[in-house]
Amino acid sequence: METIPAIEVTDVHKSFKTVHAVRGINLHIETGKFVAILGPNGAGKTTLVEMIEGIQVPDSGTIKIMGQTWRENEDQLRKIIGLSLQETHFIDKLTLWETLRLFASFFTIGADRCEEVLEMVGLREKRKAYVVNLSGGQRQRLALGISILNKPKILLLDEPTTGLDPNARREIWAILKKLKEQQHTSLILTTHYMEEAEQLCDHIVIIDQGIILREGSLDQLLGDVEIDIPPRIAERRKVTLDDLFTALTGRHLTEA
Amino acid sequence: MKNITNHQLYQMITANIKELVREPGVLFWGIVFPILMSLGLGVAFTKKKETVTSVAVIGKNHLIRQPDSASLIEVLLRTNKAPIEITRDGKITRRLVIPDEKLGNSTFIFCDLSWQQAMVSLKRGNLSMVVDEKGGALQYHFDPMNPDAQLSYLKLSKLFGNQGVMLKPAGDDIEPLTVTGTRYIDFLVPGLIAMGVMMSSMWGVTYNIIERRSKKLLRRMVATPMKRSNFLMALILVRTLMNFVEAGLLFLVASLVFGITIQGSIPALFVLFIAGNISFSGIAILLSCNTAKTEIGNGLINAVSMPMMVLSGVFFSYHNFPEWSIPTIQKFPLTMFADGIRSIVIEGAGFTEVGIPILILSISGALMFMAGLKLFRWH
Ligand SMILES: Nc1ncnc2c1ncn2[C@@H]1O[C@H](COP(=O)(O)OP(=O)(O)O)[C@@H](O)[C@H]1O
Ligand SMILES: [Mg+2]
Repeated sequence: METIPAIEVTDVHKSFKTVHAVRGINLHIETGKFVAILGPNGAGKTTLVEMIEGIQVPDSGTIKIMGQTWRENEDQLRKIIGLSLQETHFIDKLTLWETLRLFASFFTIGADRCEEVLEMVGLREKRKAYVVNLSGGQRQRLALGISILNKPKILLLDEPTTGLDPNARREIWAILKKLKEQQHTSLILTTHYMEEAEQLCDHIVIIDQGIILREGSLDQLLGDVEIDIPPRIAERRKVTLDDLFTALTGRHLTEA
Repeated sequence: MKNITNHQLYQMITANIKELVREPGVLFWGIVFPILMSLGLGVAFTKKKETVTSVAVIGKNHLIRQPDSASLIEVLLRTNKAPIEITRDGKITRRLVIPDEKLGNSTFIFCDLSWQQAMVSLKRGNLSMVVDEKGGALQYHFDPMNPDAQLSYLKLSKLFGNQGVMLKPAGDDIEPLTVTGTRYIDFLVPGLIAMGVMMSSMWGVTYNIIERRSKKLLRRMVATPMKRSNFLMALILVRTLMNFVEAGLLFLVASLVFGITIQGSIPALFVLFIAGNISFSGIAILLSCNTAKTEIGNGLINAVSMPMMVLSGVFFSYHNFPEWSIPTIQKFPLTMFADGIRSIVIEGAGFTEVGIPILILSISGALMFMAGLKLFRWH
């Protein structure tokens, strides 16, 4: 049986003045799947997801969300999508609770759901704290909370854990894992941490310089290629996505 | 079920109010500062070096030598070599210069006016002293709270007194003009109220929008089903509300301390106030529509508000500027707004007098708002 994919991206291009940021990307994402877009800084991840989010417009190619396009169905799509941008600062002098209530009101959602979300992202005891006084990890959890307020069918998170320490990162992973068990959400997250893609996602898309290098499940990706790492290192640790990336590009994922 | 607190306009309005009152700077610059300024300037009015003071002389033809009757003021001006000057609109004036190398020259321009004309000029800040002849002596009328006028009185009475004119015992020749509406404070408070609306719109709307754009908050908000018009409406509504509070408090303090009252139509004042808010909100949206850099926002705000603050007659009458510049100055929104408030508060004007400014302010504000919205960048 043919079902409509959650996201269908066909031959999408996007250029800025001097940069060809996305050059011909195709994606097919099934409902309920967790997908990682893995790539180093400047690979075009943000540009790609923001086009999927309807925030940026592709120069060419088509993007369909549950079979609908941004041009024709923006109002409906806004209601079923949840997202967090790579960097957003909320209003400093609002409390966490007030910020949630504000964003909930955009979806005509009441206090009960805000309460639920607060619980899910583990920020109950911080509800009265001003946003400006939250730690980096807490702020990211707030952004995550806001992105799931409307129980989105499709959730897009742009580098949800960049800049966080390993503990804060694992907290976010735990929330996302729970989300996967509880709801039928399709997730796209971008990251340059290979562990994040390995831990959370069914499907990993490696991109660099605006094109897809490889995609597949973790096993497929690591099994597919001959990766040339010295035997002494191979004895001590498993082959990683970074090794794959290095084999493909000669660079590392987290290189500046 | 339908809970108003779940409504986005309600949430955005309360969020803006909370943001406002939680920022101590806003309360200080918006409310305390204008009050302090009105108190400070109202009590002690600092003096410039070279001064030009207009003095009204009551009574017809007291400035020109008459064959039959001798006018004391005419004799005094003639003996002090104050030449007759005819203004462009045919009025006769005499210019008296008291030279002073240390403190700077003082120039007095005497002009013939009826008592009524003199009062109107006083209220508009074009005049600070009225001279009258009674029983063969000069009588000076001025606001004793206005140090400017006091100094003029001292200079003139000293000059004239040394030339053998009979002076009554000290103080007897002073006729205090404490009529509400003629003092500097009466001139100042409406100007401060108008300026408050301008500054509040500039910082509260323009800067706020640019900052949210630079922090990618606008981008995040329009990625939800939020209605864009609600966002701008909430911001403007809250500012207008805040401006009401600001103006109300300033007026309250001024009325308690200086006894200011509203002479004219309160409904007209209310409508004019709304029109002023529309005008400056329109300017604010237009200024904020494109840039995401707060430094540029800063520059834009200063470029627009500084000239108006100086030229539009907030602190002193713009009639001190060259005559050719006055028609232009009168077209600035701040000038229109301040003059309008002033005419209602101190000259007793109503809708007939401020109808045109109300229309111009509202329509130009609405047009600028629409232009701003057209060019508005949410990302
Ligand atoms: N608004 C923009 N203007 C100009 N260049 C841009 C803009 N956005 C992104 N780029 C460029 O496009 C490329 C891809 O950027 P981005 O999508 O942000 O990558 P990533 O999210 O993977 O780090 C980079 O070279 C970046 O400098
Ligand atoms: Mg990015």
